[in-house]
Amino acid sequence: MRYVDEFRDAARIKAVAEEIHRSVDPGETYRIMEVCGGHTHTIFRFGLSQLLPENIELIHGPGCPVCVLPMGRMDVGLAMAERDDLIFTAFGDMMRVPGSKGSPLQSKARGADIRMVYSPLDALKIAQENPDRPVMFFAIGFETTTPSTAVTLLRARELGLTNFYVYCNHILVNPAIRALLEMDDMRLDGFIGPGHVSTVIGCEPYRFIADEFDRPIVVSGFEPLDILQSIAMLVRQLNEGRSEVENQYTRAVSWNGNPSAIAAMDLVFETRDAFEWRGMGDIPKSALAIREEFAAFDAERQIGVHGQTFPDPIEAQCGEVLKGALKPTECKLFGKGCTPEKPVGALMVSSEGACAAQYKYADVTIGTTG
Amino acid sequence: MCLAIPGQISAIDDAERLATVNVMGVRRRVNIDLLRQEPPVEGDWVLIHVGFAMSKISAEQAEEQMKLLELLGEDDEAREEAEGYAFGATQEQST
Repeated sequence: MRYVDEFRDAARIKAVAEEIHRSVDPGETYRIMEVCGGHTHTIFRFGLSQLLPENIELIHGPGCPVCVLPMGRMDVGLAMAERDDLIFTAFGDMMRVPGSKGSPLQSKARGADIRMVYSPLDALKIAQENPDRPVMFFAIGFETTTPSTAVTLLRARELGLTNFYVYCNHILVNPAIRALLEMDDMRLDGFIGPGHVSTVIGCEPYRFIADEFDRPIVVSGFEPLDILQSIAMLVRQLNEGRSEVENQYTRAVSWNGNPSAIAAMDLVFETRDAFEWRGMGDIPKSALAIREEFAAFDAERQIGVHGQTFPDPIEAQCGEVLKGALKPTECKLFGKGCTPEKPVGALMVSSEGACAAQYKYADVTIGTTG
Repeated sequence: MCLAIPGQISAIDDAERLATVNVMGVRRRVNIDLLRQEPPVEGDWVLIHVGFAMSKISAEQAEEQMKLLELLGEDDEAREEAEGYAFGATQEQST
């Protein structure tokens, strides 16, 4: 048991939690989705749901890029790793993600040259140090990470490298939110908007959520207090019948985002017609590909390996959990056949996935000391 | 991968677009290309993601972010990430 008093800002957290309890309409249900995996992690780590009234339901969204990467994309990356003398580089959290024939770690055990990097610039450095070998960087991530890959590609071009390739799996937050909003049995009332993505894209791109779908969204920071304040702002909007884009995380997010980062992304990447998301299927315009001008660095164009798509295991109910129709624990496989050690479905893959977070922090309970 | 790590700039190499930062007790260089609109100066605090300074923040926010990483049990992971930036090893570290 942990106590609210142990939190930083304990007094303010209590005050906001009380405000939320006072302001909810007991006859209403408030279904709020936090889009970002970082928020999901904080919510479970601190047991924040327990500070909320029962009629506020937090639904954990698709904002964990590792979780939503389809198996077929991992297979293509690993098929590249098996070619000749290629060096495969990726972030550490990719290393245990399963493809249909195993994870990067397992490929490494079978002899592939697989290296963990902390930055795309590390992959670039490996390419400079190994001019005779092709070096591939397995790029994933939302708009938070994409500008870094863009700058790395610009740098590769500047350096005139001919052995550096990026396998682009960058995805976009807003098309996924749109896909959720367009689902037939959609039951979401409002959104906690991602913090780090918004430092890059700003708040304006979320306007369609308010204007087209009449749902409020509040861009939020990552502290427990930030998340509770954002929920209070959403409840206020819902009670007053408003649907607006609001920014709780003003200390880090500006309305228009980071123009240098946006410019770098636009220079290097273009939108794909559609892209498969694990648990959600094909989503139109939801991912980025490398532009023709940078084709020489595009692993998909230069290292011809053809992928296959794999449906999510039929028993896993990831899609239902993502839509908020089921809680993680209500999935048939949760903890029985699908665990963080041996994930079957997307949401069990990384600690930022809803199911993995629920599994890991199931015993986090909080009380108040009065 | 989704960590944002606070660091304080101690030197800037404009030619290489790198800044030397102190990140949770570790000295590393990070790329500053994404801050062209608001060029950083020595002493500034920045939020770092995968080897790139993403935004300038106040000293108070930096402290908050460090406490948050500790609370989430991710401070070791953050330090390990910063230490892991091979491209950002400072000269005395790489020789």
